Amino acid sequence: METKTTFTPHPELPPPANTVGAVGWLRANLFSSPANSLLTLFALYLLWLLLPPALEWLLFKATWSGTTRADCAPGGACWVFIKMRFGQFMYGFFPEPERWRVNLAWILAVLGILPLLGKRNPLRLPAAVFMLFVYPLIAFVLFSGGFGLAPVETSQWGGLMLTLVIAVVGIAGALPGGILLALGRRSKMPVIKTICVTFIEFWRGVPLITVLFMSSVMLPLFLPEGMSFDKLLRALIGVILFQSAYMAEVVRGGLQAIPKGQYEAADALGLSYPKAMGLVILPQALKLVIPGIVNTLIALFKDTSLVIIIGLFDLLNSIHAATVDPNWLGMSTEGYVFAALMFWLFCFGMSQYSQWLERRLHTGHKR
Amino acid sequence: MSETMPQAPQKKLVISDKVMIEMKDVHKWYGQFHVLKNINLTVKQGERIVLCGPSGSGKSTTIRCINRLEEHQQGQIIVDGTELTSDVKNIEMIRREVGMVFQHFNLFPHLTVLENCVLAPIWVRKMPRKEAEELGMHYLKRVKIPEQAKKYPGQLSGGQQQRVAIARSLCMKPKIMLFDEPTSALDPEMVKEVLDTMVSLAEDGMTMMCVTHEMGFAKLVSNRVIFMDRGEIIEQNNPHDFFDHPQNERTKLFLSQILHH
Ligand SMILES: Nc1ncnc2c1ncn2[C@@H]1O[C@H](COP(=O)(O)OP(=O)(O)OP(=O)(O)O)[C@@H](O)[C@H]1O
Ligand SMILES: [Mg+2]
Repeated sequence: METKTTFTPHPELPPPANTVGAVGWLRANLFSSPANSLLTLFALYLLWLLLPPALEWLLFKATWSGTTRADCAPGGACWVFIKMRFGQFMYGFFPEPERWRVNLAWILAVLGILPLLGKRNPLRLPAAVFMLFVYPLIAFVLFSGGFGLAPVETSQWGGLMLTLVIAVVGIAGALPGGILLALGRRSKMPVIKTICVTFIEFWRGVPLITVLFMSSVMLPLFLPEGMSFDKLLRALIGVILFQSAYMAEVVRGGLQAIPKGQYEAADALGLSYPKAMGLVILPQALKLVIPGIVNTLIALFKDTSLVIIIGLFDLLNSIHAATVDPNWLGMSTEGYVFAALMFWLFCFGMSQYSQWLERRLHTGHKR
Repeated sequence: MSETMPQAPQKKLVISDKVMIEMKDVHKWYGQFHVLKNINLTVKQGERIVLCGPSGSGKSTTIRCINRLEEHQQGQIIVDGTELTSDVKNIEMIRREVGMVFQHFNLFPHLTVLENCVLAPIWVRKMPRKEAEELGMHYLKRVKIPEQAKKYPGQLSGGQQQRVAIARSLCMKPKIMLFDEPTSALDPEMVKEVLDTMVSLAEDGMTMMCVTHEMGFAKLVSNRVIFMDRGEIIEQNNPHDFFDHPQNERTKLFLSQILHH
């Protein structure tokens, strides 16, 4: 047998032409097997059937300018409706001269959240403190008035603003609530464990509609005469309690996935229970269940539309109310397409954020 | 085995009269199962004790009782003058003084190597971050991996991870170190680097208790070898006599099994 005595590197060759570029991509993704080719062709056929009429209605034959129902051309969507009612969809019955307050609150929220997105950012800590402790107060004053601002009843809140208020408060309450319940359910103390299990099983067992309905119809019956508290507040508490129970089970799944050795190592270093949980266990457990948490948050966001049952005018209910306006009859398709688009934008945003977060928190391969 | 055998300690090892760990008539049950039976053990400052015995004999359980990862049901365990009771403050105080190294390292995968090291000094000892990081780097140098400080545990080899785990424990400046089979999850070529680290700890006079099957290490470093079987301490002696003149039949059987491999 011949042995090589000197090493001459093999020349680098380009990959075969049909594995790279557009042709390669098509082969790999759309026509990798006869069955896949068939499915691709079928999908193309479906798109050819559905896309042209949809685009025609949504864009090409749609009416964009005008001010009344009479301006709408037949055969296409009439976006004039959305344009004319946009204020109501965004703010509900929030008095028009005061709507800048809502805008300001959202702008502040965005400004507060932006620094939290950077990885190592000197503004992170102040921004977090601001968003956790200062911002809720500012937003509350901006929304409901006080300190020289005209008071606005919560019954006047509505549209996207109300949807976001319920969603954000719901999330801000359900996430920590769920974490505490999950920890409680795994507690070694029987009393705490029983309380948490009972709470979770109770709230998971009833539909959210029932919870909302009870909060607005039944609860006042039990309260002493003359004492009433805000309908929105009751709905918020209902949403938080209900969603905490779901969140708790998601978080518990994460806690169970953490190996016993992590708990033992934290204990062996002398970390107290809250520190072991907060510094070692929860950061890992929550990271594991980001998909589940975001799933729950997206469901929460969409479930805010159930407040229609107790007569709150969130985004969906505002749109619904506008479609039954005699001046704009026949506009429900446009209205609901718009509602779907708004909900989708927010849910898609949350989903994208969670995927980005997962990538950022990835620290090399697993144990 | 001789390849993985570390260098003999250079310095004279001193054992003081101060009692660091005292176990008196300790019993423990897992449900109906009597795991530890009448364990009596006194460990003085500077002692390097090796625990050996067949699988399931209760070695891990014994050392895990010392920092209360397991609870004993009868008898007394006194660590550095404090008795272990169900009092959480006592337990946390003892755990601060007792370092532990596990078979599977148990590093925190979401933190970098240096963050693993500084976590407890900062949050338990309330040390300023800067000072803690200096301390962390000091011990990472000591276990010879300062260049890995910014990496995550998942990016290191097993031997490196175990050395980080040792450094993490040392950062708490413990008075006692417990090791539970620190090298049994490692590939043979990494065993030496970990054992070397442990030898150098012994040279510095650290009080150590080590569950291990590395008999070379036991001969070189320990001053006492304890043999356990079925939850009991069967025999204890200095390594020379333990290996050359075992007294009990079970010890002889065990030694013949592990040494003739
Ligand atoms: N949490 C537990 N519940 C019930 N039994 C247990 C538990 N942990 C350990 N045991 C049992 O207790 C006995 C002693 O276990 P221990 O882990 O102390 O043994 P060991 O000497 O360390 O063995 P090895 O060399 O395999 O690590 C074993 O029989 C084991 O099955
Ligand atoms: Mg063991």
